Amino acid sequence: MYSARDTAEWVARAAYGRLIAILSARSRDIAAAEDALAEAFAAALRSWNDHGVPTNPEAWLLTAARNVMKNQLRHRGIAEAAIPDLLASQESMAEDGPQFPDERLKLLFACAHPAIDAGIRTPLMLQTILGLDAARIGSAFLVAPTTMGQRLARAKAKIRDSGLRFELPSQHDMPQRLSEVLDAIYAAFGIGWDAAAGIEAGGRGLTEEAIYLGRLLAALMPDEPEVKGLLALMLYCDARRDARRDERGAFISLDRQDARLWKRDLIIEAESLLTAASRHARFGRFQCEAAIQSVHVQRPITGRTNHEALLTLYRMLVQHHPSIGAKTGLSAVLIEAGQEGEALGLLDTIAPDEARTYQPYWVTRGKALHALGAFEQGDQAIETAIGLTQEEPVRIFLGTLISSRAI
Amino acid sequence: MQFMLLLNEPEAEFAKRNDPEQATAYWGGWNAFIGAMAQAGVIVKGDGLQGPHTATTVRVRDGKRMVQDGPFADTKEQLGGYFVIEVPDLDTALEWAARSPSASCATVEVRPVLPPMAPPVS
Repeated sequence: MYSARDTAEWVARAAYGRLIAILSARSRDIAAAEDALAEAFAAALRSWNDHGVPTNPEAWLLTAARNVMKNQLRHRGIAEAAIPDLLASQESMAEDGPQFPDERLKLLFACAHPAIDAGIRTPLMLQTILGLDAARIGSAFLVAPTTMGQRLARAKAKIRDSGLRFELPSQHDMPQRLSEVLDAIYAAFGIGWDAAAGIEAGGRGLTEEAIYLGRLLAALMPDEPEVKGLLALMLYCDARRDARRDERGAFISLDRQDARLWKRDLIIEAESLLTAASRHARFGRFQCEAAIQSVHVQRPITGRTNHEALLTLYRMLVQHHPSIGAKTGLSAVLIEAGQEGEALGLLDTIAPDEARTYQPYWVTRGKALHALGAFEQGDQAIETAIGLTQEEPVRIFLGTLISSRAI
Repeated sequence: MQFMLLLNEPEAEFAKRNDPEQATAYWGGWNAFIGAMAQAGVIVKGDGLQGPHTATTVRVRDGKRMVQDGPFADTKEQLGGYFVIEVPDLDTALEWAARSPSASCATVEVRPVLPPMAPPVS
């Protein structure tokens, strides 16, 4: 038997985004929806304790929150005052409850709308869909909770007042708009990934939240191969999480990881997602990046890393999506393949401004220079990379690459 | 929902208005844009404006009126005209804004018009 609190918390986690999406769909007032839902939860805790948990808690919460919003009075007690009505209408909420539509997809697209500042899209999604509070999001983004709260409030006001409708983009706009949603989800994963690598606790757990969003999007958009590609990419990476550290916490690079520590179930899921995505025969950045990860996980099966396949995939990625990350990745593979000259040439095409704070660029540049025999310049690049690294284990690992320090 | 499109133009565009060689193409572009909006029936109101050299700014400080020649800020782009359009949402307003000649040579600011104030409670 679950207590009212357990049930309320469970419903809160599972249904938060669903309820916010429905409550804000017409008014576009996310902040008001959040306030109303918070009141509904408070009322639920009291009512469910006294009267038992309703058969359809989600519908109960929706009705209670709607009452709060209808009255447009924000003071406490309104939801509670509605309890008799709710008890009366519980009968009409059938066993499986009234089916209400899932509006979360529209909410996701609203959060990542081009009219919303790119830097706040990920925090908005984390808050509106998953219910994370500003303090938690702020700590993951290394921003003070009050600052994050203000930025979120500003973005919500923009959504409420700017005439932005909670609608799916037109077919014509879909590729661009979808890639903005995917970018925002991947940004959450990236922050969680970096945090998991270090001692910083702030972003830890964001990888799970990002994967949750990825799964949600994949369920809501089953016909978009790039959604599957992104989810596969995140699962491949997450599968290797435990293998990135030895027992003393030291960093282990991908090629030296103990493959027995990789999570097989996640890899299998990622492989099947990637296969399903490829059936659409539509190239995409995330599918390509996932395919690169797929090559890496073949190593324990074949006993070697297939560098030719990596080269092909990275070349495709650079051609379609010439980002600094893709170019750096291709350079790293070129070095492995003994083509240091081409690697260095490719790195030189990256604008110095863009490269300045991008740590992988400097690691790869250092390796390329070392391979070409330019040890002093190579060491300088590695030193720059160490200066850009926050996590101590990675700094120690990079220190071993300095040729003058090598034993 | 009503949106105002604030259509900016750089100096070079304003100059085309009176250049015999470029005026036809310049006004043709605007007429095509305005014609398309009119045909779609979205225009609530709108006007082109005389160039920024005709602008006069006024401010009152400590009861004193100060009048100055020129627009309020000396920027590369200046307001060349405005339209208020009635469309369902921001995305549609952005579509129209993107079709204006201003979008290709300068910028268009899109803002929702404030809804009418509720009558005062007596």
